Parts: sequence; structure tokens; C-alpha cells
Amino acid sequence: TADRRQVPVAEKRLMDVKLNQLGSWLGSRDFTPNGIISAVRRGHDRYYNKYINVKKGGIGGVAMLLAGYVVLSYVWEYDHIKHDRWRKYH
Amino acid sequence: MLSRLVFVTGGNNMSIVCGVCSLVHASRSLHTSSQSLAPVPPLPEKGGKVRHGIFPEELFQLLYPKTGVTGPYMLGTGLLVYLLSKEIYVINHETFTAAAIGAVLIYGVKKFGPSVAAFADKLNEEKVAKAQEVKDVAMTNLTQAIENEKKEQWRVEGRGMLFDAKRNNVAMLLETNYRERLQMVTNEVKKRLDYQVALQNLHRQMEKEHMVNWVEKSVVSSITPQQEKESIAKCIADLKALAKTTQAKAAV
Repeated sequence: TADRRQVPVAEKRLMDVKLNQLGSWLGSRDFTPNGIISAVRRGHDRYYNKYINVKKGGIGGVAMLLAGYVVLSYVWEYDHIKHDRWRKYH
Repeated sequence: MLSRLVFVTGGNNMSIVCGVCSLVHASRSLHTSSQSLAPVPPLPEKGGKVRHGIFPEELFQLLYPKTGVTGPYMLGTGLLVYLLSKEIYVINHETFTAAAIGAVLIYGVKKFGPSVAAFADKLNEEKVAKAQEVKDVAMTNLTQAIENEKKEQWRVEGRGMLFDAKRNNVAMLLETNYRERLQMVTNEVKKRLDYQVALQNLHRQMEKEHMVNWVEKSVVSSITPQQEKESIAKCIADLKALAKTTQAKAAV
């Protein structure tokens, strides 16, 4: 299997980081604008190559983005929608 | 299937979805690593599996060991009930709008999905077929060029023989020319020698004639009239004697 030599915490993937290492892992990430943009670019590439850049894509690729947009916009509007609640105490 | 249309019309539009301007325009990274990307690996056949159009299959796989097949559905139901009961999701006029739009969307997708997918596939097929055709034409041209090249190389081997024949031709021409000139020289020399011979002959002949003429002239001039009469009388006497002998012979 994979060799067991120690990889420094900074280079581990998020799923391989133990909970107590989370703080140091976050501290070592690159939060410069370049780093943020490259992280966004990487995420976009992963999503694009998995769901859209295929020979026979399905509706999932675009539908997931639209559903995410719907949910996000509901979250942004929640403070306004709060006033339409049917009951005061839940 | 919508994603197929998106892909057909130009996948770069998806970068707008990010909302940030992208530093790198290629969807695959530039040659920054030591691995080479050529030949480009083929596109995967199908995208990541998605259930009910919006839930990625990974969620179901994640929960399967602990909760079995119905786990994610129970999770969904529980979440929905919680959101409704705590009115984190509020039912208002927008809910009905969303329901109506959702119904129409789902109906449309279910009904026209396959035909749109087939259409997009056909467009892709045509693009790929065109590219393939270009590649095939290029391949045939190149193989033809290779064959022509081999043929030319084979022909070059024959050129040696051609040059030998030409060399022989040239040698023959030179030989012929040389012999012609030789003959001409011989002829000219012979002509000159003949001329000299003729000249000498002419000289001798003229000397002879001249001498003969001179001798005759001197002899004739030396014959005095006296001698001429005597010789004529002698001739007549001889003739008479001759006539007598012939008469005698004829009588006998």
C-alpha cells in the first residue's frame, strides 16, 4: 500500500488530517489571494472534470449547481423570510 | 444532459460560474509537472453518478456501511421534518412557486431528456467524426508520402546503372570523334602528298616532252633539203621493190 513515511501536516489532504491536527493544518494553508484563487480553480476543475467534462454527462452536473444556488440564495434571504413564519415559538 | 449541451457549446463558459476571474484558461493545468499530457487521455464515458439529479452517489456510499440502503433517505426525511418544524424553512407563497416550477422542470426533464441527450450526442459525434476524418486523411497522406519516398530510394539505386550507360555513351562519342579527326588528318596528308607526287610527275612529263620536242626540232632542222630529196627517192625505190615482191607473191 502507500509508503508509511511521515508526510508533513501541511501537505496532507483534508480527509487524512486528524482532528487534533486541524488547527495546524488550517494555519499552514495558503490564504494569499493567489492561494485562494488557485484553491477555487482546483475545486472548479475537480467538479468540472468529474461531472461536466465527460462524453455522456447527465443532468446532475448542472442540476447540482442550480440546487446549490437555490439553497444559498434561501440562506442569504433568510433574515427577510423570517417575517413570514406561521408561529412565533417553535 | 443539460451538461452535455453546455459542453457542446463550449466548456469554458463554466468558468463564469466560479464568479472569479481565472488565472489559467485551460481546464487542464499547463505543463508545470514533469508528466507529459500527450497523448491526451480520452474523456471518461459517464460523469460521477448522481441520484435523483441532485444528490451525489458518494453520500449514499458514505452512509451505506452504517445505515444500509435507507440511511440517506431517513436522513433526508429527518432533516426535512426538522427544517419544517423549526420553521427554518418557511412555507410561504414562494413554496408554491417552487413546487410548480419543480414539477414543470421534472416533467420536462423526464419527457425530453433522452431526445435532447441524443441530439447533443449526435453533435458531438459529428465533431469527432470530422476530426477523425482529418486525422485519417493526414495518415493516408503520410503513408502515401512514405511509399513515394521508398520508391524514390529504390529509383536512386537504379541511377548508378543510368550513369554507367551515359558514361559509355560519352566514351563512344569521344572515340568516334577521335577517329573522325584521325581520318581527316590522314586524308589531308594524303592529299598533300598526292599533290607533290602529281607535281613531280608533271615536271618529268614536261621535261620529257620538251626534250622530245627539242630533239625533233633539232633533227628536223638538221635534215637538209639534199638529204630530204635523197630519203624521198630511197623511199620511192623501196616502195617499188615492195610492190614488186607483193605482186610476185600475189601471182604465186
